[in-house]
Amino acid sequence: MKKKSLLGQTLLMLAFTVLCVLFIMPFVLLVSVSFSKEADIAMNGYKFWPENFDLSAYSYIFKNPTTILNAYKVTAFYSIAATVLSLFLQSLMAYPLSWGRMRGRNFISFFLYFTMLFSGGMVPTYILLTQYMHLDNTIWIYIIPGLISPWNIFMIRTFFNSLPYEIYESSVIDGASEFRIYLQMAMPLSKPVLATLALMTFLGKWNDWNTSLMYIDNSELFSLQYLLQKILKDITLLQQMEESGLGMINAAQIPSETVRMAMAIVVAGPALVIFPFFQKYFVKGMTVGSVKG
Amino acid sequence: MKLAKDAKDLRMHKRRGPTKREWSLYAMCAVPVLLVLVFNYLPMYGLIIAFKNYKYSLGIFGSEWVGFRNFEFFVTSSDFIRLVRNTVGLNAIFIVFGIVCAVILSIMLYELKSRLATKIFQTTLLTPHFLSWVIVSYMLYGFLHPQYGILNGFMENTLHIQPLDWYATPSVWPFILTIASIWKHVAMDSILYYAALMGIDSSLIEAARIDGAGKFKIYRYIILPELVSLITILTIMKIGNIFRADFGLFYQLPRDIGILYPTTDVIDTYIFRTMRVIGDMGMSSAVGFLQSLVGFVLVVATNYVSKKVSDTSLF
Repeated sequence: MKKKSLLGQTLLMLAFTVLCVLFIMPFVLLVSVSFSKEADIAMNGYKFWPENFDLSAYSYIFKNPTTILNAYKVTAFYSIAATVLSLFLQSLMAYPLSWGRMRGRNFISFFLYFTMLFSGGMVPTYILLTQYMHLDNTIWIYIIPGLISPWNIFMIRTFFNSLPYEIYESSVIDGASEFRIYLQMAMPLSKPVLATLALMTFLGKWNDWNTSLMYIDNSELFSLQYLLQKILKDITLLQQMEESGLGMINAAQIPSETVRMAMAIVVAGPALVIFPFFQKYFVKGMTVGSVKG
Repeated sequence: MKLAKDAKDLRMHKRRGPTKREWSLYAMCAVPVLLVLVFNYLPMYGLIIAFKNYKYSLGIFGSEWVGFRNFEFFVTSSDFIRLVRNTVGLNAIFIVFGIVCAVILSIMLYELKSRLATKIFQTTLLTPHFLSWVIVSYMLYGFLHPQYGILNGFMENTLHIQPLDWYATPSVWPFILTIASIWKHVAMDSILYYAALMGIDSSLIEAARIDGAGKFKIYRYIILPELVSLITILTIMKIGNIFRADFGLFYQLPRDIGILYPTTDVIDTYIFRTMRVIGDMGMSSAVGFLQSLVGFVLVVATNYVSKKVSDTSLF
């Protein structure tokens, strides 16, 4: 078995290597174009390796970084705020539902569960948030509406349930209040599930562009991803003007093809460097909620 | 043990009101419940917009009732067939290919003996999952750009065939969207199958091997049966959501280009466009209502089926 499997393992490694190369090709392309010379692109198109190494796209972006920096600030603020708040509130709600000791918990669970089955949809939500609550064009639109996700509450509850009931009993005997048991016993013991959810929530917020698309007109409140999407469209616009001879001077000076890709790198780069390190939590967390649920 | 104790506790308090402890538990629920009530249940009430000719100036209550006109208009329009076909058709393709690829990947990972290699490959394949669809649309643009794109360059210079204007050719988009969807999700999807494979009792496989079972037989009689129930439940769950499309995938990758609508326009992008671009709130709401309703029925039905089939269900 052992000798025979050596060939199999080598082939498997080879297959995986090919697969991985295919998977990261889009990343390589993005990086390569961002470091290319605009003239080379115009001549030969995009390449997986820059013909001439060139930083002008990045220097163009960092010459006037206020817009990007601002979007970074906005995105970082609401991502962190939303993650912290939603984890706190979700676990706060998961706690009473766990350990089966509160009357009416089945009703509350169903109250939560029903929202996973049926929703009012995009339009009524839009009207509620803009016409009645006036959350559009404020930073709160990113934070408040999505604070509670029933799915996450159930995941945390499942985890709380797996903690030994004796912890609860002995805390009660020691005279701890429910909130204190939640904060000092249940929460510290639930780090694995909390870390996973924190990561997922943060990632979802960081990658959010829909909210800006729907609710934000004020460019100072654009999220990073939405800004990126806008730029993809705006540079195209500039190019069209250039081609029809309307925008004569400036448009030609923008190394638009390379700047576009460099923008994507500037936006995606930090997240791409950071998130793979949390990969093991993802793998763990995916199975934490599902095995027992 | 635990349950019996709880039941006794409950009986003891049955006649009295909530205990002091219960009050503090209710208090902990208060804010989250309020948030769900406002942001999840209030919009459901707003569904009456679907039966109205909504005007911003008149508000929900002031707008004129039109009965089922919005629904009739949508169901009889030419958009209806196209949207249902694209949404259900493409989702079905994603489900089938997504599951096949995820299962194959998980088996490949399972067969890999080196822990380090498993980690490296898994991390690499997971990377697309961390990207937003906006970034993916940039990458795709790099491949499909009519003038500079990698694919057209390859077709022209290496294969010497006529390059294609990808963003003006609807027929290729089902393939592109499927590849993009699998590329982004396959590693994440495979994790569940991988976990199931790792959970298989290794002594079972060892015993089979001693009894002379080859690799094929071990897969046929031990490993695949373990996966079948998981595949069944995940498929059923996905079928329950077959009328819901991934808005980001369908909005960002085809870049909202009108020529591509015949194969890329799905219910979710249509709702968005009718609402934000055309501004027909009643109509858009009606489509959303239909989608929610059909989705609800499907989820409940598929859940019932999965209960029958595999004894596993969501509720």
